[in-house]
Amino acid sequence: MQQYSGFGLLKHSLSHHENWQRVWRNPTPKKKYDVIIVGGGGHGLATAYYLAKEHNITNVAVIEKGYLGGGNTARNTTIVRSNYLWDEAGRLYEHAMKLWEGLSQDLNYNVMFSQRGCLNLGHTLQDMRDIERRVNANRLNGIDGEVLDAKQVNEIVPILDCSDNARYPVMGASWQPRAGVARHDAVAWGFARGADMRGVDLIQQTEVLDFIIEDGTVTGVKTDRYGDIMADKVGCVVAGHSGVMAAKAGFELPLESHPLQALVSEPIKPILDTVVMSNHVHGYASQSDKGDLVIGAGIDSYLGYGQRGSYPTIEHTVQAIVEMFPIFSRVRMNRQWGGIVDTCPDACPIISKTPVKNLYFNCGWGTGGFKATPGSGNVFAASLAKGEMHEIAEPFSMFRFHNGALIDEHGAAGVAH
Amino acid sequence: MFYIYCPYCGEHREEEEFHNHGQAHIERPKDPDSCTDEEWGNYMFFRKNPKGLHHEIWVHAAGCRKFFNVTRHTVTYEIKEVYKMGEQPKVVAE
Repeated sequence: MQQYSGFGLLKHSLSHHENWQRVWRNPTPKKKYDVIIVGGGGHGLATAYYLAKEHNITNVAVIEKGYLGGGNTARNTTIVRSNYLWDEAGRLYEHAMKLWEGLSQDLNYNVMFSQRGCLNLGHTLQDMRDIERRVNANRLNGIDGEVLDAKQVNEIVPILDCSDNARYPVMGASWQPRAGVARHDAVAWGFARGADMRGVDLIQQTEVLDFIIEDGTVTGVKTDRYGDIMADKVGCVVAGHSGVMAAKAGFELPLESHPLQALVSEPIKPILDTVVMSNHVHGYASQSDKGDLVIGAGIDSYLGYGQRGSYPTIEHTVQAIVEMFPIFSRVRMNRQWGGIVDTCPDACPIISKTPVKNLYFNCGWGTGGFKATPGSGNVFAASLAKGEMHEIAEPFSMFRFHNGALIDEHGAAGVAH
Repeated sequence: MFYIYCPYCGEHREEEEFHNHGQAHIERPKDPDSCTDEEWGNYMFFRKNPKGLHHEIWVHAAGCRKFFNVTRHTVTYEIKEVYKMGEQPKVVAE
């Protein structure tokens, strides 16, 4: 596989960029694999990549019913941060952050990771107390963070309404300088290319209809296009459809799938050079390299698989944005869409063994899975390779809902991503 | 945008007057003290998450403030029926 470089770009310009190799193959699947990953989104592809790269397991297939990175990987608002409250979650997201920091070099693929910082605003006294607690917890866990007052916030984002005239005046914020954004599609494509060049088969347009389970042990999957494909281990990374897949395997998960909407504006000149989030007025925004404002908010309250949401939710989101940034009130919105997020009762993911032997699930990322993509894939790959959960993944077992060891991240995760 | 019929008010109203309260017909264990951890965890956290018909509770929060059940399709979002608390659904998944 060709390496990408500045020199390569120059060389290919001489032939009008018509001779680039295809980025990955489109293979016909084998009859049997060591590991099958169900779901070719960011997390699934990252899992396959790290299985091949770090554990030398290359007899792997990723089976995707649509196209690679076409689900929530393509629908999120691309924010990356690791300022989570609890030790377990902090370790997981910081593990991902450290991988993000070297990811473009590691993949030889520019994921456009930009550490432009992230502000989580506080609008009430209780918000500020929670922010101080969270920042202190972050610093004890080696995660960067600062508590800022309203004046300092306004210095970072002059267009933010930090006056006393706002309905919910900004009192301060937590500030994580190492947070930022990345190019979501490039992340999926980079992991896909890296996995493919190490021998992983990426099988697109193929739906997994059912699991083949014998004596409580998974031995393969049934697909619509290629019939039965056998495997020693199966990792299921299907986000919103995790509940549907779990039902096929014969168990329930503590998940509910909801539509989560986002929208982008028309492209405008550079105006917002960081990420601003507010749990209280319930909206967040950043500006993409293309110039459009990338805006998101909360989930629709009801269960849904429709990949679209309610108009009242969009209206609420836009109200929050205009409340924070009055200058955006005349910006026109370009596109709006919805993705299906699998939310967990404690707002933390499930990376876990299941009641079926050799079947592993990585799900429940809810509204904030993108930021964890490399870390999630990394620890899930280690768990699949060894047959024992990686130490960072261990606390995220689905059985924590039976023994009560929940990791309540609603404060850091519940709303804003 | 849902247009929901409230069986108590006897009127269709817009979605914003209502809140969704999740899966309906969850029965609290009769003797919680003798539940195993698994039974209690299942009751508390584990939910049906169907892609298809779903029986769920809504509350007419900005209206009569009463709770009622709705059978709704989770892909088309079509509301199949509305019925009062204590009643059983007529439209059920196969």
